[in-house]
Amino acid sequence: MLVLIEHNGEVAASSLEALTVARAIADDLGEPVEAVVFTAGTDADPSGPTLGGVSAAEEEALRSRLERLGVSAIHSVAHPELATYSPERWGESLAQLIRRVEPSAVVAAGTDRGNEIMAQAAARADLPLATNCSAVASAPPDDPGATSQNGAGAQHWRLTRVRQGGMLLEDAELAAPVALATIVPGSAEPNDDATHDSSGAARAGQPMAVEVFEPRFDDAFVASRLVERTTRDAGVSLATARVVVSGGRGVGSADGFASLEELAKLTAGAVGCSRVVTNNGWRPHSDQVGQTGTKVNPDLYIACGISGATQHWVGCMGAKAILAINTDADAPMVDRATYAVIGDVADVVPAIVDEIHRRAH
Amino acid sequence: MEVLVCVKRVPASGGTPQLTDDGQRVDTRNLAFTVGPHEECAVEEAIRLVAEHGGAVTVLSVGPAEADEQLRYAISMGADRGVLVETGADELDPQATAAAITGAVRRLEAERAPFDLILFGNESPDAGNYQVGVRVACALGLPIVGGIKGIDIDDGARHARLRRDVPAGVEVYEVSLPAAAAVKEGLNLPRYPSMRGRLRARKAELDELSARLPDAGAGTGAGDIDTVPSEIAIGRGGLRKMRLRQPEEKRTETVVLGRGPEAAPAIVDILEELDMV
Ligand SMILES: Cc1cc2nc3c(=O)[nH]c(=O)nc-3n(C[C@H](O)[C@H](O)[C@H](O)COP(=O)(O)OP(=O)(O)OC[C@H]3O[C@@H](n4cnc5c(N)ncnc54)[C@H](O)[C@@H]3O)c2cc1C
Ligand SMILES: Nc1ncnc2c1ncn2[C@@H]1O[C@H](COP(=O)(O)O)[C@@H](O)[C@H]1O
Repeated sequence: MLVLIEHNGEVAASSLEALTVARAIADDLGEPVEAVVFTAGTDADPSGPTLGGVSAAEEEALRSRLERLGVSAIHSVAHPELATYSPERWGESLAQLIRRVEPSAVVAAGTDRGNEIMAQAAARADLPLATNCSAVASAPPDDPGATSQNGAGAQHWRLTRVRQGGMLLEDAELAAPVALATIVPGSAEPNDDATHDSSGAARAGQPMAVEVFEPRFDDAFVASRLVERTTRDAGVSLATARVVVSGGRGVGSADGFASLEELAKLTAGAVGCSRVVTNNGWRPHSDQVGQTGTKVNPDLYIACGISGATQHWVGCMGAKAILAINTDADAPMVDRATYAVIGDVADVVPAIVDEIHRRAH
Repeated sequence: MEVLVCVKRVPASGGTPQLTDDGQRVDTRNLAFTVGPHEECAVEEAIRLVAEHGGAVTVLSVGPAEADEQLRYAISMGADRGVLVETGADELDPQATAAAITGAVRRLEAERAPFDLILFGNESPDAGNYQVGVRVACALGLPIVGGIKGIDIDDGARHARLRRDVPAGVEVYEVSLPAAAAVKEGLNLPRYPSMRGRLRARKAELDELSARLPDAGAGTGAGDIDTVPSEIAIGRGGLRKMRLRQPEEKRTETVVLGRGPEAAPAIVDILEELDMV
């Protein structure tokens, strides 16, 4: 079984989860887990966990880390053309590696990049791909539900995919000579130490093999080219803020956001909004929370005049606590919130701001 | 500049999805339908690119006959023509969907002009497979980048610059045309259809193609080709939806802190407790 590892020297948390899921399936099947690492790049994204080049020292650290995580071999994918990221080249490399190694399955994190590389690999290897799975298991060969879809050599898998940003689950069957799946972040408790298997027995302590795999590209290979990368300065961002003060249609106008901004400033939080707000041009799309915006997981999400449509809800359901401020006591957001205030945003939010100022004196 | 946009008909409800008794699909009896926000931005972008560089916008949907509603909406926004690839009521797996789109593109290109740019949504709002665009691009030999929030076309040099946000910042890719891109909401602010657009859309003639899977049980899968000449040949992919279900939701009892501005002290108490002020 292969696991695609995203890293920037340190293994990305999402890849750790994918590795944990893969580990459990592989233990079940009595198979080893092998890592796929792209090592030829020199454009490692400095602040985000991505595949890419690392120094020799970092690579050594990565190796021993993966060894502790129960990986028995590393496939180090290297080629001068992989120096900068290209979805097509990285996906083609993985497809070629799949043909070479013939693993039973390939697992990656369901991140933007993980899904992109896996989709490319799946298309090029002509294999099905199940993205954003929360559970994957091998189905027993005599399982009557597992009908032959992909002809001879197909193996059968049972899995659960996340749909509609998390509002629905899909139980699905995968039949393929090689199963490709990505694991939706947040679906497994990452296992930090896999030196013992699930029964508690120590794994055979063989030294980890590192094999360099060099893909081939012919001259006519069609690929997009990364030509520019700029790094954002790390301010309070919507995705990482401890408090998000978010506004919906009930805020009424772009100007209505002034008091929400003030509250965000006082709590060192970020301002968010619903899609109605971005569609009205009151806030930029980068503020939008939800299925087609940003997913947030703050300690407190303050939903001001937001009804709580499912497409918004999936973006904020990761919050530890939610405070809903809404004129409608029956709004879904009020129903699902930890705390609620029934009232007009235009009265309540300025009153909160005043109260904070009053107590500061 | 010929631009193709692929859109999928999906339920539009903002409520908790109710399922049919057999768990096969969302119960849509009382729901309206739409295209996803990413795809609406793709349509808008195509219209803007054609306004600037000349050419035409074609929208294509694979799905039930009723998907003509979504094609007409795109035409009412300003798209020039719509192509419906009818496959019946059941949602296809991503490999079959991609095969149907690829087959349709080949036919359209043979009959008319080749497309310079093919736009997809980053992911479909219901299934979220994150792959149909990549599969089509790969089959057609086109470069494709996902998550795109900015497109610049250089007509003379026949290439495009595609911009996307990543967790750490911004990435810009260069592709030569013809190319494909999977775009995200935020790329632009889609327009509302004008009255004239709506009238035009209502009367527009759509191109109709069909694609059919091999009969259930008859074949062994991906290699199967349907041979009815008027239909696009597609095979069944290896991923099969068995059942949809609702995730368990941990319900919390809502504590109502009060009504109106009088609730402010109770709120600030909570902010203090959480060490936020
Ligand atoms: C495929 C798809 C993807 C989508 N993605 C997203 C997404 O990413 N993010 C997103 O947000 N939406 C998304 N939507 C849209 C979503 O379905 C809702 O339309 C949207 O979230 C509603 O925004 P809202 O709550 O601001 O507005 P409304 O639903 O109109 O709710 C306004 C709320 O404000 C309350 N209110 C009104 N006046 C006041 C006042 N003075 N004081 C206090 N309360 C007041 C009302 O009681 C009501 O509850 C998506 C939709 C689709 C179909
Ligand atoms: N049935 C369909 N008809 C037309 N386009 C589709 C269809 N399904 C998917 N697509 C396109 O492919 C994109 C990605 O879909 P998915 O791989 O399902 O996430 C969508 O945003 C659409 O642009």
